[in-house]
Amino acid sequence: MANVITDEMMEYVGILAKLELSKTEREQAKCDMGRMLDYIDKLNELDTDGVEPMSHIFPIHNVFREDIVKNSDERDAMLANAPKTKDGAYKVPKTIE
Amino acid sequence: MSRQYETVIGLEVHVELATKTKIFCACSTEFGGAPNTHTCPVCTGMPGALPVLNRQVVEYAIAVGLATNCTINQCCKFDRKNYFYPDNPQNYQISQLYEPICRDGYVEIDTPSGTKKIGIHEIHMEEDAGKLMHDEWEDCSLVDFNRSGVPLIEIVSEPDMRDAKEVIAYLDKLRLIIQYLGASDCKLQEGSMRADVNLSVRETGSTRLGTRTEMKNLNSFKAITRAIEGERERQIELLEMGKAVVQETRRWDDNKESSYAMRSKEDAQDYRYFPEPDLVPVWISDEWLAQIRARQPELRTQKLIRYKKEFDIPDYDAQIITSAKKMADLFEATTAICKKPKKVSNWLMVETMRLMKEHEMEAEELTFSPKHLAELIELTDKGAINSSVAKEVFEKIFLEDIDPLQYVEEHGLKTVHDESVLRTVVEKVIEENPQSVADYRGGKEKAMGFLVGQTMKAMKGKANPAAVNQMLKELLMVGI
Repeated sequence: MANVITDEMMEYVGILAKLELSKTEREQAKCDMGRMLDYIDKLNELDTDGVEPMSHIFPIHNVFREDIVKNSDERDAMLANAPKTKDGAYKVPKTIE
Repeated sequence: MSRQYETVIGLEVHVELATKTKIFCACSTEFGGAPNTHTCPVCTGMPGALPVLNRQVVEYAIAVGLATNCTINQCCKFDRKNYFYPDNPQNYQISQLYEPICRDGYVEIDTPSGTKKIGIHEIHMEEDAGKLMHDEWEDCSLVDFNRSGVPLIEIVSEPDMRDAKEVIAYLDKLRLIIQYLGASDCKLQEGSMRADVNLSVRETGSTRLGTRTEMKNLNSFKAITRAIEGERERQIELLEMGKAVVQETRRWDDNKESSYAMRSKEDAQDYRYFPEPDLVPVWISDEWLAQIRARQPELRTQKLIRYKKEFDIPDYDAQIITSAKKMADLFEATTAICKKPKKVSNWLMVETMRLMKEHEMEAEELTFSPKHLAELIELTDKGAINSSVAKEVFEKIFLEDIDPLQYVEEHGLKTVHDESVLRTVVEKVIEENPQSVADYRGGKEKAMGFLVGQTMKAMKGKANPAAVNQMLKELLMVGI
């Protein structure tokens, strides 16, 4: 494995992804991530000069919707997905900037 | 202070577009609905829900880009900006980083030293986040996703502004352009226009940029001005003490008139942007661009020139009338009916502005109809009512949009043109005010004013002041 993921890198990615891993999980993840990067390196060996970057897997563009209101009030159905609600809103831990 | 400093300011302006539906789903964008009544699986980030782009968003963005002299990126794409926050249900915001829709534009502002170009780096389309409310009772936060997915454009300026005045002039210019286009109502207080200020200072003469900070939560022109002045001072103070300015996001507290750093360590500014796989690219053909260009309404600069030419009104009038789209619309519609541009302009500039100030209203909130103002002008011109009655009637039009003809009839406000009626009243006034009469005859011109006033009062304001003056002079001469 050419790419070695450091503990610092693991911690940083953990913060970004809001994930806490056990020691075993962390070692496994380090190994997986290193292999993924190795694979990307392999792809990078290909000469792609003059090849336009692909922006979407389907060769289509301009899929639009007209500006017409079609959805009605489905609040109860939407809130049914939430673990906690209050007064018609989603209840989450206190968040202050 | 021994050294001289220059302030360098760039702005990120978010504008909520005036579409009926959200950017990626058919939910209403209406403001003020009960929490979460305008939501669906797309704008609440349910797994598997797929976004579909609102064509109108693209058209508004192009319209703003054209009006701000931008190059339209005819192949533009969306990207994902990843971050966690409870108002962002997908844990990413769909935005544009690599291929924004507009680039390299500018607007011109007026400064004391002449016209100045403020560069626009880019304009991109993105979705708004939901709204967090803090519940004091349960010490938790509540999320309302009605605003989640409301379309925004973000207009990123170049760091071309040097003081608060230039910033306000730039914002004013953008606001007018966008309002004229009908792309947004641009209300700072309601948050349909939001400005983040990027500011740094450097020693005058230096060409290198200093470390900048970004200031958020600025919801009025006054707050923006105060925040710019406060931040400039804070940064200069740091430099004078030999300390460094830290690049960070600061939140302005307008009540305390100071800013504080928002947490920066935990929410690391690493958004890991990548192309949005759920949306296909947008190709803007030459034909589509030409169609939008052809539909562009007349903007302020063009209106200014036309008003002076077509209606022959002074530059001063034209400047004021075009300072809000609503005002310009009223002017044109009223003039079309009564064909008296200068009179219409006077009513708008004087009485309308006075009442707006008195009632703390914005031009966009005006509700009276051009037809009623035109009728009032006709009534005054024909001499059917005098100018003070006209002002009284106008206030009614301004507030309740009453029909002036009907109102004047019902309240018996028509000027009395019957000379015999006026003569009787004047004779009575002369008889009842011997002292003033003697004063006038003794050379005190001021006494005339009092006698005119008494006559107007006796006529309940329904006389023509010039006629009253004439009649008084005539009768006072006779008595000598």
